[in-house]
Amino acid sequence: MHPQKPRLAVFKFASCDGCQLSLLDCEDELLTVAEQVEIAYFLEAGPADSSGYYDVGLVEGSISTPHDAERIRAIRAQCRYLVTIGACATAGGIQALRNWGDVEEFAQHVYARPEYVRTLATSTPIADHVKVDFELRGCPVNKHQLLELIAALVWGRTPRVPRQSVCVECKRRQVVCVAVAKGVACLGPVTQIGCEVICPQYDRECFGCFGPKEYPNLISLGRRYQRDGHDNGHLTRLVRSFNGYAPGFRTVEKVLAKNNHSSSPQPSE
Amino acid sequence: MAESRTIRVDALTRVEGEGALTVVVRDGQVIAAELNIYEPPRFFEAFLRGRAVREVTDIVARICGICPVAYQMSAAHALEKALGLTLPPGVQQLRRLLYCGEWIESHALHVYMLHAPDFLGFDSGIAMAARYRDAVERGLRMKKIGNRILEVLGGRAVHPINVTVGGFYRAPRVADIQALLPDLRWGRQAAVETFRWATTFDFPHLDIDYDMVSLHHADEYPMNHGNIVSSRGLNIAPEEYETHFTERHEPHTTALQSVKLPEATPYLVGPLARVNLCFDQLSPTARREAEAARMAWPCRNSFQSILARSLEMITAFDEAIRLAETYHVEPQPPRSEPQLRPGEGCHATEAPRGLLYHRFRIGDDGLIAAAKIVPPTAQNQRQIEHDLAAFLPRLLHADDSQIARHCEHLIRNYDPCISCATHFLRVKIERQ
Repeated sequence: MHPQKPRLAVFKFASCDGCQLSLLDCEDELLTVAEQVEIAYFLEAGPADSSGYYDVGLVEGSISTPHDAERIRAIRAQCRYLVTIGACATAGGIQALRNWGDVEEFAQHVYARPEYVRTLATSTPIADHVKVDFELRGCPVNKHQLLELIAALVWGRTPRVPRQSVCVECKRRQVVCVAVAKGVACLGPVTQIGCEVICPQYDRECFGCFGPKEYPNLISLGRRYQRDGHDNGHLTRLVRSFNGYAPGFRTVEKVLAKNNHSSSPQPSE
Repeated sequence: MAESRTIRVDALTRVEGEGALTVVVRDGQVIAAELNIYEPPRFFEAFLRGRAVREVTDIVARICGICPVAYQMSAAHALEKALGLTLPPGVQQLRRLLYCGEWIESHALHVYMLHAPDFLGFDSGIAMAARYRDAVERGLRMKKIGNRILEVLGGRAVHPINVTVGGFYRAPRVADIQALLPDLRWGRQAAVETFRWATTFDFPHLDIDYDMVSLHHADEYPMNHGNIVSSRGLNIAPEEYETHFTERHEPHTTALQSVKLPEATPYLVGPLARVNLCFDQLSPTARREAEAARMAWPCRNSFQSILARSLEMITAFDEAIRLAETYHVEPQPPRSEPQLRPGEGCHATEAPRGLLYHRFRIGDDGLIAAAKIVPPTAQNQRQIEHDLAAFLPRLLHADDSQIARHCEHLIRNYDPCISCATHFLRVKIERQ
């Protein structure tokens, strides 16, 4: 046992609060967690001890303002382990759609006085700015993975988080494949597991909440869906959402265009 | 020489999202009370343009992790109006049950983990558990039941995946809904105990002549449907919202502040406004409890919003029980397929924190051409500043940290969701 309880901090950047809420959503475990770790800084829950050093810093949200780009450096210096939680912190989030747009035009569109708004042209993951020790994916994160992460860090071991595709888990649970049975474009083959495959169980496609799995084959999957008659606009939007700016998904538009260019009817992969 | 001082709270706690408060005092007079929302802007209304109609409910959920269903509900109904879509029988009841789940989890979180600690003198719900373990455990169990409703109907608690324009992707199984009933019955009694517990709190005095605004529906406590009414006699369809309310952009905040026209006055949305305007529509259990508490309704003290939130939890559990008990047939199909066409539609629903207005225009290409979203906290922001200005003068003898503590308490009366409103708080008091 630790002579002293490890100090935990939760920090927020551009985000919806959903991932840190997932910690409060551990209704059965929250008070036990609070006995095992000192929740030193977690504004949404109340603790605001910003005086010192934290053993674990959980970071929610993306970097999208000049001030936040500075703030994350100061936080990194205060944390032994820095862990990003959720799609915003690991991939830039839905607000990274600005990365393909014109942020000045966006600000003029939403705000009457855009000059009051200080923002960066891009929304970027935390790892683009500072060293990150571990990433927890998801939009939102899976609260069981969050508990596993905290337990692992308390006990000084590596968190066990599976990295296979949603497809693998669907097969294991014998969920009917919506891509095969219904002809819908599903991101299960290229998306990392973590959600407990809820979407196919609710008769709909995976839309990529946990981001790209290791080595996602967008070329092959894109070609298959293109052949099934899904247009590039639809497929680009499907991939370009909460994790659209993740490296494995970022180039979807080019991949699909290249497929169009290089194929006329292709033999099967 | 003029006595002046500056009091700041740089990072408000126990609110959703981040913001600050600045209070300026000169010669014993409150010159300004400003809520500074410094959440980074995320530009949802801009990047929704060019997205597909079917994606909107998934995307707008990400405005707020605490009330994603509210965003899904306002968006779905607005888009259904734009497309002239009628829903299959049974879908409206399921949407109301889903909304009950969100009100329960959101209100239980606020009452027990965020607001009660102010009345009992703790810095957090977790710290409060050391002395009031049973109460905190009751609150967490209520919250869990709300989340369970969201999981059964929506697939998961944060950012449900089962809501779509036209209905649901898959109807919840009758057996899964029935299985909720024992917990819902426990929850109703727990909500009654919550209200009785909250009535024992010591409430600071505050009496404000609020212009209260909420949906109102003759037959039900408002969630998904109703006219927009006010305590000063307004009664309009949601389609007329933008002619009676407008947004202002102030330099101290990334939230747009809403005001009521014609005189650009502040107004109050949320549980206190709803209970005051829709008292007759509360469930019989909630009405009985409210009357037994021997307090004056309408209530003009925002510190007592915790009582309104508790009454709404009783109503939400009663409604959830009724809806679950009468769910015998799974809607088949669970949704109407939208036929895409150009058009425009708007709708307002009652998020846990108050009125939530959405308007969408669908372009010739069948994609979103324009989006307007007005969250509850943006509507309450000006009213919070007015409450602070009214409440502060009697506090000025106190030291800065005491003042800051009282101001934060008052702000939390509103359960502000700053993530939503960025379109929130540092408390900073300047005594000049």
